[in-house]
Amino acid sequence: MQKTTKKYFPIFVLPTLIAFFIAFVIPFFWGVYLSFCKFKTIKKAEFVGFDNYIAAFKNDNFVNSFKFTVIFAIVAVIVINVAAFTLAVLLTQKVKGTNLFRTVFFMPNLIGGIVLGYIWNSIFNSILKSYSTTIANDAKYGFWGLIILMSWQLIGYMMIIYIAGLQNVPTDLKEAAQIDGASRWQQLRKITIPMVMPSITICLFLSVSNCFKLFDQNLSLTGGAPQRKTAMLALDIFDTFYGNNTSKGIGQAKAVLFFLLVGIIALTQLFFTRRKEVEQ
Amino acid sequence: MRIRKLLSLGLASTMLASIALTGCGDETSSKEEEKGSVYYLNFKPEADEAWQAIAKDYTKETGIEVKVVTAANNTYEQILSNEIEATDAPTLFQINGPVGYANWSDYCYDLKDTDLYSWLLDKSLAIEGEDGGVYGIPYVVEGYGIIYNDAIMSKYFALDDAKAKSMDEVNNFDTLKAVVEDMQARKADLGIDGVFGSTSLKKGEDWRWQTHLANLPVYYEYKEKNVSILKELDFSFGDNYKNIFDLYINNSCTEPTLLGSKTVNDSMSEFALGQVAMIQNGNWGWGGISEVEGNVVKEEDVKFLPIYTGAAGEENQGLCTGTENFFCINKEADQKDIDATIDFVEWVFSSAKGKDAVTNTLGFISPFNTFSDAESPQDPLAKEVLRYMADSTKTSVSWNFTTFPSQKFKDDFGAVLLGYAAGTSTWDDVKTLVVDEWASEWAANDAN
Repeated sequence: MQKTTKKYFPIFVLPTLIAFFIAFVIPFFWGVYLSFCKFKTIKKAEFVGFDNYIAAFKNDNFVNSFKFTVIFAIVAVIVINVAAFTLAVLLTQKVKGTNLFRTVFFMPNLIGGIVLGYIWNSIFNSILKSYSTTIANDAKYGFWGLIILMSWQLIGYMMIIYIAGLQNVPTDLKEAAQIDGASRWQQLRKITIPMVMPSITICLFLSVSNCFKLFDQNLSLTGGAPQRKTAMLALDIFDTFYGNNTSKGIGQAKAVLFFLLVGIIALTQLFFTRRKEVEQ
Repeated sequence: MRIRKLLSLGLASTMLASIALTGCGDETSSKEEEKGSVYYLNFKPEADEAWQAIAKDYTKETGIEVKVVTAANNTYEQILSNEIEATDAPTLFQINGPVGYANWSDYCYDLKDTDLYSWLLDKSLAIEGEDGGVYGIPYVVEGYGIIYNDAIMSKYFALDDAKAKSMDEVNNFDTLKAVVEDMQARKADLGIDGVFGSTSLKKGEDWRWQTHLANLPVYYEYKEKNVSILKELDFSFGDNYKNIFDLYINNSCTEPTLLGSKTVNDSMSEFALGQVAMIQNGNWGWGGISEVEGNVVKEEDVKFLPIYTGAAGEENQGLCTGTENFFCINKEADQKDIDATIDFVEWVFSSAKGKDAVTNTLGFISPFNTFSDAESPQDPLAKEVLRYMADSTKTSVSWNFTTFPSQKFKDDFGAVLLGYAAGTSTWDDVKTLVVDEWASEWAANDAN
């Protein structure tokens, strides 16, 4: 049986492989190549070397949006994960109606980012109206608006992952700790958290990469207003690419840098949290 | 074992076969389309329905397939740059003027020998390449200014010590300002919430200010320097821009600090509902007024006023009339598709059915001699544009925003105007941004 599988392995894997090549590998390498080109339409590209990368770094918008993204990601990751974990702990207690609550908290995740952004834009603006201002007037409002929006959307999803992790913590360990006289806080720190470390790895990975790659919500909630101060990296790349027909190469170079950055950050985070995981 | 082997082989071969078969299918069907087809990437969202209907009529009459896709104003360039590279690329698209031509010249087909060009009343409006070819043909003339509600104005002129007695007296900025500020102070008497509709500054909704209103200072600067394009702008008429912009935001139904949440549609409906007396927009905005539910503005009360900014000699200034809509045909398309597209466009602007749709459904003022005087749109704003154009005492302001360097320039200009309205940026910030970014974006354009 094993032999046959091996023999036909190439045939079965071929369709997926072809699709993967057409839809991912080729565009990816083409994209990297384009970041070294000057182009208006991708079929008529002219090689210019590192010019685009130099222009990308000279560009204040890119550096500013990088800073904004990092600060946003740090705050959002902490808020989302702490809140999701707390909710998960609460909803794994034996309380009535936990299933209903789980569904309710998960629901925002089912709505698309653009729609959410527009909805929250109206909500924030109608609140801020009583203070005679709008979310577009001050970068502070945009920042916290994005944090609220992202938390609202991601907490439910992360909560589900944490709940799955918490349900896998063996009860005998908890009971043993209880008998040994460990307080609830000690139980949480010494038993529960180490045991749900795999969930923490996944949740951190998902929230870090989602926050760095945030685009739809950013576009529809603030659109970068005021004056690109709330534009995150992905939006800045988009604006560079389409803002001027001559700056497409620069946008592409920024996108390659962005890819490297997200890759490095996500992998580092995976490496460090993985080391903390324990075998059951 | 053997059965499984056979099964897997069978499965794999069906997959391959299905891929091959679908491939064949495409080929045969395209061979049948000897006649060519048309794909129009439309620029005007408000005209989408009308174009779809025209396309359907044309297909019914000739059997040639016409596909119309609409991309809105500020996303047109990005959708065009994606679509033009597809195998099934638009055969008919449009550029907004010289800057658009510089970007898309590689794709523009020479239209010099077409009937469409020969019909053009003013040949200087067409976009010519350096080789003398004609690459863009305007298909609509539009005008914009301040739209006012004559019923509210008459109510004001009837008040005691009104600053003017009729709209004829309002022919410069000082009078306009006096009238507007007095009206704002007595808005309760007039039953309005403010004189001007919201100066919509939400991102993507700010084109009336960073493009249309910005045309005036640029027009006067070009006129003063006697040029048709500048790569470095002094923005010497910037204070005139500030005059009118301040008037708009300070005498409105919306507080200046709330403008970042307002859209063009918001201000159109404020006007349609009679909450405000004036808005700045063009004749394309008629649908945006007449289709608002609960609309109280009567058709005969909708009039145009030129945008006065306090520039010398503005008493004779007319509306801003021109076009940023030039048809281009995709050079890279198959010859049969190019021919089909030319036939389609010529049908639209010369056949009885096509012309009827152009004047009555699209509401276009056409720049072609195939249209008789009677064949002009009957909506009040278009009639006003025609009236101003026919008035020999008025000089129309040409559309110089077709020489604005890029979308980025316009977006950043809009963003700093929002900051100015919200009180977080100063007028000097606005001026600096306009001057600097105009130069840097033009430098970037020229480097390519």
